[in-house]
Amino acid sequence: MKFSWTRVGAIVQKELRDYRRNRFVIYTMSFLPLVFIAAPMVQLFTIKVSATSAKLDARIGLALLYMLILPAIIPSVLSAYSVVGEREQGTLEPVLTTPIHSEEFLVGKALAALLPTLVVAYVIFGVFLGAVAAFAHPGVASAIFERNHLLVQLLFTPLVAGWSIWAGIAISTRMSDVRAAQQLTVVASLPPVAIVALMNFNVITASLGLALGLAGALLLIDAMAWRFVAAMFDRERLVTGARK
Amino acid sequence: MTSERDGQRGPRHEGAGSGSALVVEHLTKRFGERIAYEDVSFEVGYGEVFGFLGPNGAGKTTTVRTLGTLLAPTSGSATIAGIPLSAENGPAIRARISIMPESPGLYLRLSVAENLECFARLYELRDVRGRIDRVLRAVNLTERASDLCGSLSKGLRQRVALARALLSDPQVLFLDEPTSGLDPVATRDVHDLLAALRERGVTIFLTTHRLVAAERLCHRVAILNTTLRLIGRPGELREQLFSRSLEVRTRSPLDDPGRVFNGVAHVEGWEQSPSGSYVLTVTDPDAAAPGIARALVDANADILSIAESHHSLEDVYLELVDEDVEAKK
Repeated sequence: MKFSWTRVGAIVQKELRDYRRNRFVIYTMSFLPLVFIAAPMVQLFTIKVSATSAKLDARIGLALLYMLILPAIIPSVLSAYSVVGEREQGTLEPVLTTPIHSEEFLVGKALAALLPTLVVAYVIFGVFLGAVAAFAHPGVASAIFERNHLLVQLLFTPLVAGWSIWAGIAISTRMSDVRAAQQLTVVASLPPVAIVALMNFNVITASLGLALGLAGALLLIDAMAWRFVAAMFDRERLVTGARK
Repeated sequence: MTSERDGQRGPRHEGAGSGSALVVEHLTKRFGERIAYEDVSFEVGYGEVFGFLGPNGAGKTTTVRTLGTLLAPTSGSATIAGIPLSAENGPAIRARISIMPESPGLYLRLSVAENLECFARLYELRDVRGRIDRVLRAVNLTERASDLCGSLSKGLRQRVALARALLSDPQVLFLDEPTSGLDPVATRDVHDLLAALRERGVTIFLTTHRLVAAERLCHRVAILNTTLRLIGRPGELREQLFSRSLEVRTRSPLDDPGRVFNGVAHVEGWEQSPSGSYVLTVTDPDAAAPGIARALVDANADILSIAESHHSLEDVYLELVDEDVEAKK
């Protein structure tokens, strides 16, 4: 039987419906972005005109870092729950008794975590840019609107989210406790954020080539990860808890 | 139990397809050193309702999970709905069967219809709305289609799970303890639904502890206690396990029962029950009854009744399970 996008769609639709009625998800999707947009604005709006170039760079770097932590944190909460949560709720076994392939199930879970993450992350980034344009000092605003900064944010948002999602799903397939899975996933989602942070802080000199190279590497990892996670997806262990 | 092999193939029923719905040969599943079930063989015909009975831990659920391709067998082979059991054939087998696990496993934040819609799409079914309407009607839940599953009682959730299992018109429907944890009314409702499915010729593999229901619903039953202990029609199992007997009740105890019963044609032995009646082991109840009546009249006994003793499927089950418990001591 071939890979079916209908079955992937069924999982995505189910997940999105479930998110909409899940208070924890609503809280995560609404409260976290507020924190992550408030903090960088405070950073930028309180900077003095007379600040040194190094201090300005640090503030801008920190503000943009907040924008990239968001797509790492939001999906980690969702993806860490994706398998172990269903197992705890007793809903995993009925799904696995359908013709669905492990890959279809996992891709469905990943897309369901990616879509709301992208919407929230880009909307928040848009609001942030709007606020900067309207209220920040012109010097700060022009630094924020620098092409490389925008490119890094736009390019790395889905890639960082992808990493976080696959790390979360991989952890979720092997853990037996939702909270432990979520904590571990938050930690596992940070490495790409750390690299981008170094670029934002100008520790690594950001260039178009470097950004594209890093993005390419992350894209490759994200694209290959589903096969790796599918190999970890052991139906027998998930259903019985027994190791082979 | 000499006819165990004879009972391994189920009868063909109206609406049956060609061949057997299930062919299981020497199937074994071990988890490390622990044996879940061992050397299990049987066949189930299309349109048959097959009861799979056994105590807790006997391996019933593990057998269902194996046949549902959730677990790989350690050894042995099986053909499910015409497809050999293997990891590669898993999706194809699962497309032809349906499993209702012991726990309904519904998405509680989704409505009844949304749960069913999700599974209809997982089976890639056409006319999703039509199918959902049909299965909801079958389980009498049309009015609750928009209700969130989290708001339903346990019995209603079980009915939704049954509707979900019926969505794909499976060639084989596996029901694992469908009435587990339900109150008597909800249990009766589920059993009535199963009786309706039986009338429609649906092939059902039913694991249950409800022996009265199994006797009513199942064409054949198998009793598993890690190994397959017995298989056949409930009536056949009774005859295999229990000698036929007549129970004689008299107004007052007989002075010398041995003199009355010994030597009567077709009577092989007798014993007095704790209630004071006499239980006679006979080769043929119909042939033995007139002679016993004459012997009692000759002995001036006041006869209250002469009736064939009835053994239920529960008696069969308990006899076998008790044998196993004794054997383990």
